Amino acid sequence: MEEVFQDVIIKNSDDYIINMGPQHPSTHGVLRFELCLKGEIVKYIIPHCGYIHRGIEKMCEKDTYQQIIHLTDRFDYLSAHINNEAVSIAVENALEVEVPERVKYIRTIIAELNRIASHQLWWCAFGMDLGALTTFFYGLRDRERILDIFEESFGSRLIHSVNCPGGLMYDIHPNFQQKIKDFIKYFRKVLPEYDQLLTDNVIFQVRSKGMGVMSKADAISYGVTGPCGRGSGFSCDVRKNHPYSAYSKVDFKEILFTEGDTFARYKVRIEEMWESMKILEQLVDNIPEGNYTAKMKPIIKLPVGEFFQRVETARGELGVFIVSDGNKTPLRVKFRTPNFSNLFIINKIASGNKIADLVAISGSLDLVIPDIDR
Amino acid sequence: MNIFKYFGDIFGALKSLWGGMRVTGYYFVRPGKIVTQKYPENRKKLEMFERFKGEVIMIHDSNNQHTCTGCGICEINCPNGSIEIISNKITNAEGKSERIIDKHIYHLSMCTFCGLCIKTCPSKAIVWGQEFEHAVFDRQKLTKVLNHSDSSLKKETKKEIKEA
Amino acid sequence: MNFSIYDFTSFTKWIDNALNSSMSPGWAILVELVIIGIVFIAFYAVIGLYLVLAERKVCALIQNRLGPNRVGPIGMFQTIADLIKLLMKELIEIKHADKFLFNLAPFIVIIASFMAIAALPFAKGLHAIDLNIGIFYLFAVSSLGVIGILLSGWSSNSKYSLIGAIRSGAQVVSYELSVGLALLSVVIFSGTMQLSGIVESQANGWWIIKGHIPAIISFLIFLVASTAETNRGPFDLAEAESELTAGFHTEYSGIKFAFFFLAEYMNMFIVAAIAATVFLGGWMPFHIQGWEGMNNVMDYIPPFIWFFGKTIFVILVMMWFKWTFPRLRIDQLLTLEWKYLLPINLMNIVLIAFIVLMGWYIK
Repeated sequence: MEEVFQDVIIKNSDDYIINMGPQHPSTHGVLRFELCLKGEIVKYIIPHCGYIHRGIEKMCEKDTYQQIIHLTDRFDYLSAHINNEAVSIAVENALEVEVPERVKYIRTIIAELNRIASHQLWWCAFGMDLGALTTFFYGLRDRERILDIFEESFGSRLIHSVNCPGGLMYDIHPNFQQKIKDFIKYFRKVLPEYDQLLTDNVIFQVRSKGMGVMSKADAISYGVTGPCGRGSGFSCDVRKNHPYSAYSKVDFKEILFTEGDTFARYKVRIEEMWESMKILEQLVDNIPEGNYTAKMKPIIKLPVGEFFQRVETARGELGVFIVSDGNKTPLRVKFRTPNFSNLFIINKIASGNKIADLVAISGSLDLVIPDIDR
Repeated sequence: MNIFKYFGDIFGALKSLWGGMRVTGYYFVRPGKIVTQKYPENRKKLEMFERFKGEVIMIHDSNNQHTCTGCGICEINCPNGSIEIISNKITNAEGKSERIIDKHIYHLSMCTFCGLCIKTCPSKAIVWGQEFEHAVFDRQKLTKVLNHSDSSLKKETKKEIKEA
Repeated sequence: MNFSIYDFTSFTKWIDNALNSSMSPGWAILVELVIIGIVFIAFYAVIGLYLVLAERKVCALIQNRLGPNRVGPIGMFQTIADLIKLLMKELIEIKHADKFLFNLAPFIVIIASFMAIAALPFAKGLHAIDLNIGIFYLFAVSSLGVIGILLSGWSSNSKYSLIGAIRSGAQVVSYELSVGLALLSVVIFSGTMQLSGIVESQANGWWIIKGHIPAIISFLIFLVASTAETNRGPFDLAEAESELTAGFHTEYSGIKFAFFFLAEYMNMFIVAAIAATVFLGGWMPFHIQGWEGMNNVMDYIPPFIWFFGKTIFVILVMMWFKWTFPRLRIDQLLTLEWKYLLPINLMNIVLIAFIVLMGWYIK
């Protein structure tokens, strides 16, 4: 273990320091990297976060359990539904409420749609980071179709707050299943274009292969989860290891690559889109009839105790830890957000590479800044 | 150095580049695939989905009557204080004191569109409206009074809530 | 061959004679210079502005968008509106910048691109100067722009600008070789460096067809290298907006920024025009030997339409590159030049010399 943590940064007064961010096109938000350069080579990177800290965990302490949901939307806004799901399941487990099967199926379907949408947006932004500007529009074009499905059923596109403890806020729209089938049919045709445009491209390959190699030991010791961890061969898919919702009922495989470089992390996400489509196909026709929510009291009071639930968001493992003192608001809420852990490996894997590689590596970590700062 | 590998690499690279150029070229010669729309021009045709969360509105019928009893459940449920209810106590015709709503104030600027107010409303007085063009020059204009002036409570509302 | 219907030599001669008859030779030359200057400035502005618009429209089509469509019909005057906006914007002064060089840099860039237009033959007899070392002049002048870029990066006193400028320097110096050698291949074929002579030598077919495989290789190398030399994607490392925000022109604003921007598009036009002149026959119509009927029809299309048609084709290809490929890294960029383009180019030149010696090209 000692070996792993030896990347202690030693600053010198004559270092050539350059600030990347907080307003920089490729940090995807208000993240600041303090880079020390030696020519084009990056000597070390110090990430500074906190520019968009809103104190969501503290705000949760004054909210009831139904109200927490709308805050969880707002840290990792690209997998908003999955965040909601984490809190909902935590509360349901604490109350020992059995949610209807229908809810589990719908939650899984939305979660997978959300995962595809998130990976599409990541693909656009990653292409942009590497300078392929057209990817951005192709990705957004396809993501629009998923957002339309969300909008029709739940009224909003990005953060739809549709989960609530006990089930869903509303039932799905009658067109929901048909639209998903249309989308899968469309996206199966379009996804190979992504490969043609970027994956197979020789410039992309030389820029991503062998860059930012993260070993499995590093991934585990830094707590890197999600596609980044799986690109290093760290089997960390919560959907597989600790199934929740309807994941135990579907057949899918956990994508694992062992190279640990930028290209492996890229491939994991592309393959995950295919797997998510497989999951959707298995579920979309088999949504059982039933109620869209379990019977819940209007005021939820959790029993005294500590409750933990983890889910797999598009970026990794999200943990929700709730300490309850029996009131209608939690005593303390802690979110273990995936990006916070994923970010801090960047010095380890990107120092010694060039600036252009740093951009590619930070892009491949799929950073969502509000998720880091909360 | 292997000369065949050298030229093989070059041809492989050219092939992969051509693959990408085919995709972009395909879309370049097909203007029918354009997905963006001209927004202000298509405003008349633009139809939002029926469940679209544009803003919170209060339904009024043709007699200018709503079903809001002023119970304040939406105000309690709102996570960030976007709703304020000002109610008056009056004595009705039977001599009993009764609470009626004076102003149902909705701060659109603070609303996060979580939908808890609408879900918990016992008399289904407030619903989602489809209006989405909320841009104004003055922040004050985002504070709206949802009940129309001179509107009144529907007679049957309280009974219906009790039955439910 | 029937070029006489669109021969501009008599037209330019007539102007020259008219001026000389009415004033002394010295004044006549001065007036001619002023006329050419005005014509080229107008030409520069129109081409620059409409290339920006064309790029925006092309990338919009590639990206399934509508592109600019607000100012004028289908957005025709969008870039003019942009120019007016840039003219009215404040010129931000940087406190620790080297003021003189900082203000000088955009002019060097734009003058370098301006000088190159002078040698381009737009039609028979329609060029400002017909140098006997036209090609040599062109790549001497077109590489001057990098001095402006280096100056701008150095004088802005910004780390981003400096890195961008140094990148640009390394890039332009390397790719200059490939551009030169690729053009040299056609010089070997045609036996002259005079641009008008090169065009005339393509009367019975363009060099890309007559010179078959080696000419096609040179053409491809020229396309890649000239894209790199103009700092355009996928070789836009000097700007690299995802790494260096805007590279060498990070600190520029208003019309000074517009100068860099216009110069980039003008350089693109110039390299496309060189490619069209040298490889694709310039203003020469498309001729196939023996098909006299078709050749006569081709002759009736005015030469500047041929010239601009070919130039626009090359520009479209360069835009197509930019909007498809990801950006290279600086070391890969240099690897591409020194390990791939340059050796192939040198081999290609030897091959061409051999082919010309044996007369194995289509005469």
